[in-house]
This record gives sequence, C-alpha cells and structure tokens, in this order.
Amino acid sequence: MNKKFSNRIFKDKLASGVMLGLTTLSLLLVVGIGIGLYLKSQPILEQKTLWTLLSTTEWKPSNGEFGFLPFILGTLWITGLAIVMALSIALLTAIYLTEYSKSSVKRFVFPALDILAGLPSVVYGVWGTLFIVPWISETLAPHFVEYATGYSTLAGGIVLGVMILPLLISLFVEIFSVVPDDLRNATLSLGATPWQTIKLVVLRKSFSGILAAVVLAISRAFGETIAVLMVCGNLPVIPGSVFDSCYPIPALIANNYGEMLSVPLYDSALMLAAFFLFIVVLVFNAGSRIILHRIER
Amino acid sequence: MEASSITKDTVKPTAKEAHLSVRNLNVHILKNHILKNIDIEIPDKSITCIIGPSGCGKSTLLKTFNRLLDKTENVTITGKVLVDNENLYEKDAEVTHIRKKMGLLSQRPCPLPMSIYDNIAFGCKIHGTRNKKKLDEIVEYQLRAVGLWKEVKDRLHVPANKLSIGQQQRLCLARGLAVEPAFILADEATSALDPISSKHIEELFVELKKDYAIVMVTHTLRQALRIADYVVFMYLGEVIEAGPAEQVFKNPRRELTKKYLEGAFS
Repeated sequence: MNKKFSNRIFKDKLASGVMLGLTTLSLLLVVGIGIGLYLKSQPILEQKTLWTLLSTTEWKPSNGEFGFLPFILGTLWITGLAIVMALSIALLTAIYLTEYSKSSVKRFVFPALDILAGLPSVVYGVWGTLFIVPWISETLAPHFVEYATGYSTLAGGIVLGVMILPLLISLFVEIFSVVPDDLRNATLSLGATPWQTIKLVVLRKSFSGILAAVVLAISRAFGETIAVLMVCGNLPVIPGSVFDSCYPIPALIANNYGEMLSVPLYDSALMLAAFFLFIVVLVFNAGSRIILHRIER
Repeated sequence: MEASSITKDTVKPTAKEAHLSVRNLNVHILKNHILKNIDIEIPDKSITCIIGPSGCGKSTLLKTFNRLLDKTENVTITGKVLVDNENLYEKDAEVTHIRKKMGLLSQRPCPLPMSIYDNIAFGCKIHGTRNKKKLDEIVEYQLRAVGLWKEVKDRLHVPANKLSIGQQQRLCLARGLAVEPAFILADEATSALDPISSKHIEELFVELKKDYAIVMVTHTLRQALRIADYVVFMYLGEVIEAGPAEQVFKNPRRELTKKYLEGAFS
C-alpha cells in the first residue's frame, strides 16, 4: 500500500466525519434552544400553574401578574386575519400563473415575488406605518367605530398577510405543477372548461398540499415580529374588534426582553412565551412535513 | 340492480354518427415542423391505428383531434380538422363541445381524484345531468359496457385509485363513454398495462367499434395487426401511407412502410 493512497482515504474519512459532526451540531442547536427555553421558564412555572398563566388577562409584571391570554389571542387574531386575506389572493394568483398565464407573464411575476419575499420585514413595518395605519384610521375605521388610531389588529393582519403572500403563492404554484397534465387533459377531454377542471379536479387533487402550505404559512406568520410590532399598537388587552390594538407574543418578547429584568419572574415569563412560540412553530412545521410526506406516497 | 332493469333505450348512448377528416394539417412548434401536410380520412365505425417510430408525430396528430395542443406554447396550427364538416380550428369553434365528442384514453390511466361512481358521473354532471336516478343508470350502464360492473358494484364509492391499473384504464374508458362521444382517441392506451388487461382493452375496442370510430396510436405493430381495420403509417411528421390494414400490412405501396413493417427501424 503506498502512502498517497492511504492519505487520500484518510482525508475522505476525516471530511465525512467533520461534516457529520457539523450536521449533528445544527440539529443539536434546535434541541438545545428548546431545552434552554424550557429550563429558563421553569421559575415561573414553579410559582404559577400553566393554566393560570394561559387563561388570565392581567399583565402587570411589577405586581407579579402574568396573564398571557391577551398575547395569545392577539397572535391568533393577527395570524388568522393574515391567512384569511392571503389565502384567497394566493390561491387565485397561483391558479392564474399555473393554469392560465403565458410563460412570458411567469417570467415577469416570479422575480417580482422573489423580491417581495426577500424584503426585510422592517420595510414592511415601515410601509404599514406609513400607509396602512393612516388608511385604517382615516378611511376605513370611521365607517365602523368612533375613534381609531389605526395601530390595530387589522393593520397587523394586513401587513402580515402581504408578507406571507409570496411564500403562499410560490408553494401553491409548486403544488399545482405537481398535478400531472394527463389529469388535466383527461378532464378537459370530457368537455370540462378550464375553470371546471381547476375547481373540480386540480384543487381536489392538491387539497392536502394546500393544507400543508397553509400550515407552513401559519408557522411563519406566528413568529413574525418586527413588522407586526410596528403596526399593531402593542396594548396588552384582548382586542374587541379588528380596529383595536393588540399585542402578539413575538412583539412582547422583543419589546421587553432586556428591560425591567429586575422585576422578579419577568425574565422567566418572557422565556415561557418564547417556549410557546418554539413549540407552536415546531408542531406546525412537523404537521406540514407529515402532510407533504403523505402526498408524496 | 340486475342487468335486465337497464333497458338499452334508456341510457344507451346514442353513438353519434360523425365523420372525421384531416385536410392539409400543419403543426409547427417554434421552428419545428411537427406535422407536415396531413391529409387523411378516419373511417367511421372501425379501428384506425396510427403507427410509426417514436417522435414521428403520432401523438401530436391525435392531440389535434381534440385540441389538446391549445395550451402548448408557441404552437402554430394551419389546415383543417373536420368533424361532420365542422372545422375544429375555425376561429369561433367552441372547444368544450368539440372535446366532448372525443373520448380520450391516455397512456397511463388517470382516474380523477374521486370515487369510482363520481369518475363516471363527472362528465355527465359538468354537462348538466343532475338527476340522481339518471346518473345511477349511466354509471351502471357504462361500467357494464367495459366489463367492470361485477368487479366494483359493491364499492362504487371507494376512491378510484384503489383499483388495479387495468381496472383503472377500463374505468377511464367508461368515463369517456359516459359523455356520449362520437370518437374514441387512444394514445398507446395499453402500453402501461399487463398483458391480460391489455387484451381486455383490445377486446373492448373491437366491441365498441360497432358504435364508435376508434383512433389509436400504438407503438406495438402486433397490436395493430390484431385489431386495426385501417392503418396510418407516419414517419418524421408525414403520413407515408394510409389504407385498409390488410393492404398496408400485406402489400405496402411505399418502400419505407415495408422497411418499417420488416423491423428495419422502429
């Protein structure tokens, strides 16, 4: 055996070992973050039951009251609004792009969507503050309520909806492209119109894919922080209407972490909030994976 | 329901007499001349096989019969495809009405993502038949027509993709027949099937040609030999020879046809 030969085998073994190590490291990081958040949130869980924390509405850290309900509901409201608004637009856009448009249109639209997807979220926040908030406060809200600042659940929902739109569109386009053309041709040959083909066959065939995409978008929307924080008003109350302010969990953490940490248990409460987010995103991502895996089979 | 309860008159699809002829048809995709000056008549109530080596334009020709090339980009079609003297490529031709006349059977069976029952009822529903009893009758009639009724009558509402590939292909045939077409277009419809299922489809075609004009693209010469009444031989986008199967197979007029039949190229 010459030396050169064993040397190159050794390098290969070494390289694969190093790469395995780095891969494991990034996996461990996820586990590590989860465990870290869990441990950090223990102090508050030792003093209060999880149920009390989740179901009460008073948020007065200096009095030792940590009711997470307004934040949870705020997050749900904003995410829900965003999904409802983005879903129909994204579905129809994706249908147009895959089933009707010419490739010249696609060549123009896809790069534009990539740009939308790549914009830093603070830019969306600024856009929301400059245009959506005043629009709500001056134009839309006066039809429904007496006074509104515009910094509202609705503003958060709109900004978040626009942010997840490119993600949803590109996922839907991918899902519709997986539907075999043979199936479309089979339906068309029965004399179906393109719209009947889409509505009755393509959408049905891709239903679980659409579901997975929505779940993925929800998990993305849940954690979005800066843009939402800039437009939603950040008041720890349960919003009575979409024109009221709200305070989603990520904004709570971003606004308060680092300040007031001398208040007992504050730090731990925020860590618990972060742990919620971690779990929710983990569960939704896993859910979407499972659905997608089932489609592939 | 028993066989006797379905009388021929109630749901028997009125196989519409129709005649298909192709006049000077040319298809270009970008700069490629895919079909060149095609001029053929498709005989009624018989099986016409389109044969020829891969890439000769057989499938493209079949697709022009129900305008499935419409969605392909950069395609230019000139010439005429006449069904009962109505040109499919007339400017104001209504596509869905044309396609309804052409039952399509593709290479791989592709059942719609719904139950066996709904697969057959689908075509009738989109054309406006809502009456449950009528639909039941049509479903049973067509499943019987393709010999699938006995195999599936107890599980009409299970998803169609639970059937075997061969059953799926017969289901697809029944689905096509349910909208009462005048033609059956089959694009290598048996190539994905096992020999027994394949034979089943062939036998069905022989049975169905009493009522329909069947045009099938096939890659298997032996299949054409078995069931074709008429043969169209294509090579590089041109029709080299067309005529009764007997004549083309036994006495090809063109040298190229002879060579192909002898297996000099495939």
